[in-house]
Amino acid sequence: MEKPQEEILRATGLSKTFRLSAKQQKIERTKDRERVAVDQLSFSAYSNEIYGLLGPNGAGKTTTLRMLATLIKPDSGDALVAGKSIVREPEQVRAHIGFLTSELKLEDFFTPNYLFDFFASLHAVVPERAAAQKKALFERFGIDEFAEVKVGNLSTGMKQKASLVISLVHDPDIIIFDEPTNGLDVITAKVVTDYLYELRGQGKTIILSTHIFSLVERLCDRVGIIIDGRMVADGSLAAICQGKCLEERFFDLYVKEAGEVA
Amino acid sequence: MGIRKPTANSKAQSGFMAVMKKELKRFFTDRRMVLTTILFPGLMIYLLYTVMGSALSSFTTVDEGYVPQVYAVGLPGSLEPLTGSAGLEFQAIDEGQVDAIKESIQNKEADLLLVFSPGFADLVADRLAGKTDALGTTPPSVELYFNSTRTESSNAYGTMAGILGAYKDASFPLFTVNAGDQTFDLASERDTAGFLFSSLLPMLMMLFLFSGSMAVAPESISGEKERGTIATMLVTPLKRWELALGKVVSISCIALLGGMSSFIGIMMSLPNLLGSLPEGANATLYSFGDYALLLLVILSTVLVFIGFISIISAWAKTVKEAGSLVMPLMILVMLVGAMAMFSQSAQQGLLFYLIPVYNSVQCMVGIFSFTSAPLAVAVTIGVNLLVSAACVFVLTKMLSSEKVIFAR
Repeated sequence: MEKPQEEILRATGLSKTFRLSAKQQKIERTKDRERVAVDQLSFSAYSNEIYGLLGPNGAGKTTTLRMLATLIKPDSGDALVAGKSIVREPEQVRAHIGFLTSELKLEDFFTPNYLFDFFASLHAVVPERAAAQKKALFERFGIDEFAEVKVGNLSTGMKQKASLVISLVHDPDIIIFDEPTNGLDVITAKVVTDYLYELRGQGKTIILSTHIFSLVERLCDRVGIIIDGRMVADGSLAAICQGKCLEERFFDLYVKEAGEVA
Repeated sequence: MGIRKPTANSKAQSGFMAVMKKELKRFFTDRRMVLTTILFPGLMIYLLYTVMGSALSSFTTVDEGYVPQVYAVGLPGSLEPLTGSAGLEFQAIDEGQVDAIKESIQNKEADLLLVFSPGFADLVADRLAGKTDALGTTPPSVELYFNSTRTESSNAYGTMAGILGAYKDASFPLFTVNAGDQTFDLASERDTAGFLFSSLLPMLMMLFLFSGSMAVAPESISGEKERGTIATMLVTPLKRWELALGKVVSISCIALLGGMSSFIGIMMSLPNLLGSLPEGANATLYSFGDYALLLLVILSTVLVFIGFISIISAWAKTVKEAGSLVMPLMILVMLVGAMAMFSQSAQQGLLFYLIPVYNSVQCMVGIFSFTSAPLAVAVTIGVNLLVSAACVFVLTKMLSSEKVIFAR
């Protein structure tokens, strides 16, 4: 039986504006010196839940996740992650989250085995717990076979598995996953999505960003649709879709918010 | 939850230590890095200076059996015994051949041409006899033609000019300068050697410490930033200052080893570079205390270098960019180091020791020339530690800045 749900993350009015360099202005063909990446974004996520942030490229999904992971600071607004503020208590927030994105890399020179221990010590996990967690995760993802191979010599799929496992070294309550299946081969993608389900079953909260409709339909309990930095719809999959398929519903909202699809 | 709730103290130590250990492991288990950063600098300096030294000495010496091609017009018989003892053999020529010989000297085929003025020997004899009319006339002359770009020719010129000078002084002494076998330079051997070391070593040490630092810091900081591996550490509860301090301390240790390797290389190759050193000028000239002071100064200097280079590296987007941004700083350090070559002894004013980099150079000059003041060394080490602490603080701020970490 699944545990009762409790609110584990609450974002309130998160906003982030970036200054554009002259070069970026040229690329984006705009004279604006600033771009609002995230605009007054609010949403909640619960335990035992996979929450999806759906939106086109450049909608502000990655910026939102980076703010939640405390890598960048919001200009205004705040989010409570396991009751800790991302603005005032970033270190404690980081102790409760596992953040995974293709931008965060592992050093090529070290082995998955060494890196697991290294990140366990950065998270101040007691050695016995770290060893047990390592054994379980390495077995679960078949990392045992390449635990002593330097990351630089691993295939992309192996690297992704190693990154996933290392982001879970401290057994976090909240897993934030930016584009979880991007760049993965079909087998690894299946392994990862299956595991996200498993984590959900353990009572964890998973927040993922994606632009793939089928992934949301297959995985997510609830979804927030972001267009141009704003949350245009937020709720359970059924409530959002209103009987239509997600893709159809998304483009209805898109046309309403951003005009014609060019 | 698998998270330990440790006391602030024990956690802080574990993050800092984990970063230190990782950095050191990264370095010491990479054979290529150990070779290029620690072993090669000393070895390369030894080889380079030895080759330079032998090239320099071959510049000023000629083959032992070589007999210079010397020609003379009107060589007085009285000079022949003197020149014979100097290993010079003369070929007497006529005045008509002078131009041809000059040309062959220019073409580096002949070495030296002496042209004595007509009646040289008689005129000299007259002057020696004190004939007043002889004293009132233009003195007899000898012209020596040589080619300074040919070592054999320069050497023959030097020998001949010496012989003629000595002959002149001996024949007609007005007064003598430092004649006799006593020692006239009253500097002790220790001071002479100290002076030599203090004018050479500080600049070389600064240069090698800086290049040692440059070999490790950009790779460890810009490199991790460029490859996206630093961001992975930033999403853990690791405090930014632990990361900054862990990096600075560990890469300073590595740069220090590189600097020591260079120092050993210099000390071993100096005799080869300089041809011969003053008596007693070797590594045993300095006491254990001198070396301990030197090590402290060097260590604090490396911390300052690593601090500066780390900040530049954190600012740079790539390792390559960091390399070019550090160049102006390197030139500055070399210039300050070069100033040591012109200082007789260490600066006396304590205020000079408040200036980073310059203070290190002055301390080294002091230690090598036996003129260091313990207070000046203490001020230098204190200032350097403060400056490196400030650098760690700035680096901490930079690592917390999204503009620095996600700069594109």
